[in-house]
Amino acid sequence: MSGNDFFGDLRDLYQEVILDHGRKPRNFRRLEDADSTSRGDNPMCGDRMELFLKMTPDGHIADAAFQGRGCAVSMASASLMTETVKGKTPQEAQALGTAFRDLAMTGQCPTCAASLEDAMERLSPLSGVHEFPSRVKCATLAWHTLNAALAGAKEASSE
Amino acid sequence: MSFDVHRIRQDFPILSQPQHGKPLVFLDSGASAQKPRAVIDAMTRCMETAYANVHRGAYRLSEVATDAYEASRGAVARFINAPDAREVVFTRNSTEAINLVAHSWGRGVMRPDQAVLISELEHHANIVPWQMLRDDRGNPLRVCRVTDSGELDMEDLAAKLADGKVGLVALAHMSNVLGTVTPVERVVALAHAHGAKVLLDGSQAVVHRRVDVAAIGCDFYCFTGHKLYGPTGIGVLWGKLEHLDRMPPFLGGGDMIESVSFEKSTWAKPPARFEAGTPAIIEAVGLHAAIDYVNAIGMPAIEAHERALVDHAMRKLSDVPGLTLLGRAQDRGGVFAFALDNAHPHDLSTLLDRAGICIRAGRHCAEPLHTRFGLEQGTARASFGLYTTPEEVDYLAGALVKAREFFA
Ligand SMILES: Cc1ncc(COP(=O)(O)O)c(C=O)c1O
Repeated sequence: MSGNDFFGDLRDLYQEVILDHGRKPRNFRRLEDADSTSRGDNPMCGDRMELFLKMTPDGHIADAAFQGRGCAVSMASASLMTETVKGKTPQEAQALGTAFRDLAMTGQCPTCAASLEDAMERLSPLSGVHEFPSRVKCATLAWHTLNAALAGAKEASSE
Repeated sequence: MSFDVHRIRQDFPILSQPQHGKPLVFLDSGASAQKPRAVIDAMTRCMETAYANVHRGAYRLSEVATDAYEASRGAVARFINAPDAREVVFTRNSTEAINLVAHSWGRGVMRPDQAVLISELEHHANIVPWQMLRDDRGNPLRVCRVTDSGELDMEDLAAKLADGKVGLVALAHMSNVLGTVTPVERVVALAHAHGAKVLLDGSQAVVHRRVDVAAIGCDFYCFTGHKLYGPTGIGVLWGKLEHLDRMPPFLGGGDMIESVSFEKSTWAKPPARFEAGTPAIIEAVGLHAAIDYVNAIGMPAIEAHERALVDHAMRKLSDVPGLTLLGRAQDRGGVFAFALDNAHPHDLSTLLDRAGICIRAGRHCAEPLHTRFGLEQGTARASFGLYTTPEEVDYLAGALVKAREFFA
């Protein structure tokens, strides 16, 4: 039996994009000149990340990067998030976060504005996580941490 | 009776319930064990035929329930070879038993300058109550090191006892992560020689080994019913009567007093002093049934089965490429924590679940131990019960190889 059959429908959760970003997270570095940083903790499973944001003078996210440890889902989610929020305003990034949490919890995104469509398309490989209630927090930790960083808070928890 | 694991499995209804269309391979008994039919039936029978509050009614049904509750206490006493059933206090679980000692012995009997000595391999249940005591009363907290093989560092233990300032040594009899069985007789001899009392956390040990508190010579011993094939909501604190006699109550309320007036109440004798309020009557009956069940199979037979299983698992898991086993203690029970080089424990646990295998992922309420071994991200843990088979171990090993390919 191949690994695929043996583990049932798990390729729905662990799509190639997720495995790839989980193994080789993008923007996985510190930003020494960050304008804001925040730490995210998932106390239940020990996932931990630090998020760095650099803003443009007119208030857009110029750069986003992170460091930390966690499962493939949380690493991939953080990696994809840093890619999608670059160039966005804080309001746009927060709206994207809200839409993403809907996606992670229900597999759908009723609140998605048309303006978010492109970004949501890139995040959609994570929608499979809604079938795994105990893993939803892994996917949303990065976005909680982003909200904290945008609000100027030093810490976020997925609890 | 000879030990026939396949016959034993038929005593556990849940083991025939498929998971995700696959046979259930339950390897998380260290967190909580499954329940045999005998326990389920005993609890149902109690509720259907013999239930009322205990110690309160002068009517037959209440007497029957009281007898059943006290019979469970007697069974516990015999199970751990306690000299006197009055030394057995029912609690909710191990956590409550340890908190009881931290409160009633720690705050009620120990002096604030006496230290508590624990170890790096403790469950949070045997760490946090002592930190709370320290923060509340100032009792220093000392921590005995664990060697790289996952055993208690006995030299360090001796060194930390040497100045005679330790009032209580509180240690796990068996680690819930490393499987290590601690050399409790030696610990007790050493501690007593330096004037310290000993509390052993037997949450894991009591499931895997015959425990004889009189032979061990410890002062307190605790365990939790749900890991011993019994129900949740019931645990045990055993303490020498001379200690329990000196200890003030933990919780106040009904059933734990001799007399009450608004000026003053006087405490009942142990064990009632420590059992305020209506106890877990049905659960006590369930625990009694669980002990009878284990006794009928026989602890020596269970131990022998597990030793064979542990040897088998050591070989099988060592053959899985990329797998690192945490702890290689000489004396160990059926608990294996491990890390796979390319799969995070949580991903692994989600994956194995789809193959019908239940393992635990995380730090197993032993965060300092994971930090000690540089595994802050946690480990995966497979833990065995008396119903675990060598075939299940083989299936796990095969699934781990496939999981590694999945993430490659
Ligand atoms: C060694 C050890 N101590 C204490 C506990 C706590 O048991 P409980 O949660 O039933 O109080 C456990 C189980 O989780 C354990 O394995």
